[in-house]
Amino acid sequence: MTSEARVPTRMADGTFVRLTRSEIKADLVAGSEAAVKRAKVPPLPDDELEHLLDIYASPARFTGVDIGDEVILSCDGTGMKTHATRIQDLQTYEQWMGADLLELCVGDYSLKVVRTILAYEAQYMHDALLATVAPLQYGVMPNLGLYSKPDGPCDNWNELLPLGRIAEARASEEEAVEMAVLDMVHLADSQYEAGADAIDWDTTGASGDPEFLAALRATALIRRKYPDFGVQLGMAGEFVLGMHGELEWDGVRLAGLWPREQLLLAQKAGATMFGPVVNVNTGKSCAWNIARAIAIVKPCMAVATIPVHMNAGMGVGAVPMFVHPPGDAVCRAAKACVDILRLDGL
Amino acid sequence: MHNAHAQAAGMGGIRAAGDLVARLQMTRGMRLHEAKQYVAGKLGVTPFDLSDPVVMTDVRNEHGFGRIHSYAISQPQQANMIEAKVNIARVLDLPINCVERFRERTAPVASGAH
Repeated sequence: MTSEARVPTRMADGTFVRLTRSEIKADLVAGSEAAVKRAKVPPLPDDELEHLLDIYASPARFTGVDIGDEVILSCDGTGMKTHATRIQDLQTYEQWMGADLLELCVGDYSLKVVRTILAYEAQYMHDALLATVAPLQYGVMPNLGLYSKPDGPCDNWNELLPLGRIAEARASEEEAVEMAVLDMVHLADSQYEAGADAIDWDTTGASGDPEFLAALRATALIRRKYPDFGVQLGMAGEFVLGMHGELEWDGVRLAGLWPREQLLLAQKAGATMFGPVVNVNTGKSCAWNIARAIAIVKPCMAVATIPVHMNAGMGVGAVPMFVHPPGDAVCRAAKACVDILRLDGL
Repeated sequence: MHNAHAQAAGMGGIRAAGDLVARLQMTRGMRLHEAKQYVAGKLGVTPFDLSDPVVMTDVRNEHGFGRIHSYAISQPQQANMIEAKVNIARVLDLPINCVERFRERTAPVASGAH
């Protein structure tokens, strides 16, 4: 039985656990080592682990970055009719919540849903832009899965793959990619014409490498058409699932890519902002998860030529997988990521 | 969650200059340090000032950049919303898509063109 004092800290499912400073240090080291093993990245050096220890072993309810070190918050989902009209939601985030940028979207958030209401969404963007000051982007998730049956026209690759019908599954995925690219560009066309500042591909790659390919191809097309139109490309997971396995963009195989390689492709395609994701392990502490997340994202920072906005929402970036993530855990994740990674935003 | 992020690490949006720096990131792909330097240079302040609502409220008033509404500091004669973005585009020397559209849609043209 240790006599070392225990501090309340969080597991990544959001629940409190009381750990000693030594136990938190051990979790930080283990999290860093887990990143090394899984993502083949360098471990966090001792001084960075000590800094994380000071953040996570503090009993303080709240913490933050040093004054002057503030970053941009890419506030996705801020205009989705959460508590009023969508424009009123955007104004609330702008006026009351200090949002650095705003995002108009629909509740479903899926590309294939939005493709049927492009004109309505463009009109709403037009009206919203007249009534806000902060930059305003339109956000969707490519969600390629909706292009498969029964929701979409393509054969369902998730049903074909377990049957061993690999070639058919791959052909169906490739068919869906073509449709999604067309829809993404049409969406960008309509939002650009309405006056939007940017488009946001959120949770890119949720359906694996075909979905990441669609986002890269669409981004490259949009960049050629509209040189000053912003494109934010945020990921769904820490590595690209190989749902197809053989897809390439610009000569690079997409399956299995980690954040550094994802970023290199995103910026080559013409994205103006990139959002790496590291998912949480809810069975581990937030301390374990933050060390793992930072170690995995750190290689991005040395090669980034565009802003890196690490995802730090529910269930990613060491923010607990709980519908209303506790503020004490959120502020620790924000400070840790900004202090160590020198991020451009969150 | 947003409140925690905003208090812990955010630039404060239109309370300070977060929206201005965000524009450079979003539409020009500038990294944070470069974007802060650009905005600070155009406004004659330091990058440190950009997150300070006390300094930036005066700067925003001076340039007509729009600001937080409140009963205590209502300034109906000042620019806001799309008007503020016209001023932001001019002072930052940064074309803004919706401002360009606004000019197109409000420009005098041959009858029937609107």
